[in-house]
Amino acid sequence: MKTRINLYASLLALTILAGCSSSPVYDSEPDTTEIDNTAVKTVQVESVEVEIVPVVIDVPTVFYFDFDKALLTAESRADLLEHAVVLASNSRSVRLEGHADERGTREYNMALGERRATAVKEFLVMQGVAGDRIEVISFGEERAAAYGSDDEAWRLNRRVELK
Amino acid sequence: MIFLRQCSILLIALFMGSSAYGELVIRVTEGNDQPTIIALSPFDLKDIQIDEDIAAIVEADLRRSGLFELIPRQDMLAFPTKPSDVYYRDWRLLGVEYLVVGSMGLLPDGRYELEFSLLSINSQKLQFTHKVRSTAGDIRNLAHSVSDKIYKSITGIRGAFSTRLAYVSVIREGDDFTYRLQVADADGVRESLMLESKQPIMSPNWSPDGKELAYVSFETGRPAIYRQNLASAKREQLTAFKGLNGAPSWSPDGSTIAMVLSKDGNPEIYSLELASGALTRLTRHFAIDTEPAWMPDGKHLLFTSDRGGTPQIYKLKIADRSIERITFKGNYNARASIAPDGRTVAMVHRSSSVFHIAALDLKTRRLIELTETTLDESPSIAPNGAMLMYATKYDDRGILAAVSIDAGVKYNLPAKQGDVREPAWSPFLR
Repeated sequence: MKTRINLYASLLALTILAGCSSSPVYDSEPDTTEIDNTAVKTVQVESVEVEIVPVVIDVPTVFYFDFDKALLTAESRADLLEHAVVLASNSRSVRLEGHADERGTREYNMALGERRATAVKEFLVMQGVAGDRIEVISFGEERAAAYGSDDEAWRLNRRVELK
Repeated sequence: MIFLRQCSILLIALFMGSSAYGELVIRVTEGNDQPTIIALSPFDLKDIQIDEDIAAIVEADLRRSGLFELIPRQDMLAFPTKPSDVYYRDWRLLGVEYLVVGSMGLLPDGRYELEFSLLSINSQKLQFTHKVRSTAGDIRNLAHSVSDKIYKSITGIRGAFSTRLAYVSVIREGDDFTYRLQVADADGVRESLMLESKQPIMSPNWSPDGKELAYVSFETGRPAIYRQNLASAKREQLTAFKGLNGAPSWSPDGSTIAMVLSKDGNPEIYSLELASGALTRLTRHFAIDTEPAWMPDGKHLLFTSDRGGTPQIYKLKIADRSIERITFKGNYNARASIAPDGRTVAMVHRSSSVFHIAALDLKTRRLIELTETTLDESPSIAPNGAMLMYATKYDDRGILAAVSIDAGVKYNLPAKQGDVREPAWSPFLR
């Protein structure tokens, strides 16, 4: 009850104060703000690592690209021709993981990583590998192969890994 | 009141030593040239036990905005706690333009009530008196609410101190990664964990009511879009299409999430109506189309596309799918974040070989660079349009930084460990 009386007293004081000044009127806004509870709960997820059987072959399995480009180099095409021959002789599925360097935006780099992996897939399909045996996934700039912000690290990160 | 007033000064002295305990530590690097000089007389706490120094939180908020200079307590000649105790002359001598006074009370239900007043010293006027109430656990929100009121009264702009930040933090140990989706108060304090995963988490985006986040998680080994409620941790997987599932962007009315999917062979913008699950394809082009961002009218989207040869920002009218290019300066413009007035667009902009954050005025077409660091990305404009948060690199680590929309005010929020990235500034929360 005491608090209530004090509240009325302060309201009265407020009215008096407002009355003796010509300051801006705040009548339109409530004179009390109630703060709500804002606690945050946590979710823990068991993340799944996709099972990958390493490709055991004496041909490079990483293919590199220019900045903001998805064109295969002559070297990559030569290596992929050998992969296509091996893939034609077995029934193994492959996964092409596309990556970008850290420059530029994260979601654009996701799209760029996919475009690079798709370029590799299309090359393999042209060589006769069935498209449904090839999974394309992009990690954008989320999984760097080399750390640091220099040309060499960036070069190593603009890549597609065949797994 | 029956409480002893003498206790308050001692309590304040004790609390002045308390330091920030959040994961992010703010450093103001640049401020306004002509800040408003304001003094916060320590609030009369009666003998109420409070673990936070409310006035110090308010002072830090105002200082961080770059628009205010705070008078140190030791320079004050008196600590008035109500307007009738204020001797205007004392404050005018100190050069003070505005003074805040106030006192705490305890409500019958155990909550706290702070009654505070803002006084203009020059015109010797009471600007307003206001009360804020909260539980003990929300004292920091109470303090930020005080900052909001003061900021609004002096600048005419709604304060954004009571808002939050969502961001992704990453800790790498060898080949082992821990990704965390975090939420903290706008001052970086009271960091809470929403989601932890060994696989990438990306692209947090707030629902317009500030109660949920949409984001991308690779926890299944492939990217998928989720929505998650902050208070209940209720979580729903929205997409798991073949290929890209990315860049979720919640519509202003909360009914729809725009996103990028490549299920039809190429990254395109789609909209997902949440109630019905209806998916509508909005773009059709062999180029990359990504990073949709809603205009405040809910009728247009900005998005990034390299259909012109380099990544640029385009505007899509949803009604007829017509598309208009809006950026022309620079060879890389991407990831638009739109101010609440619908006129200013922040983006990642490359001039020569470095990536800055730039702001484009859609009316005058003037583009200004706001940052000078390199590798700046993920701009996110505050709901009052005054500042934006972005990610950059400092000492080879990912940190968050903020800059005012006129580039005059800057501060950093370096993390204590790991990399921090992809800040998303919440909408107004009440």
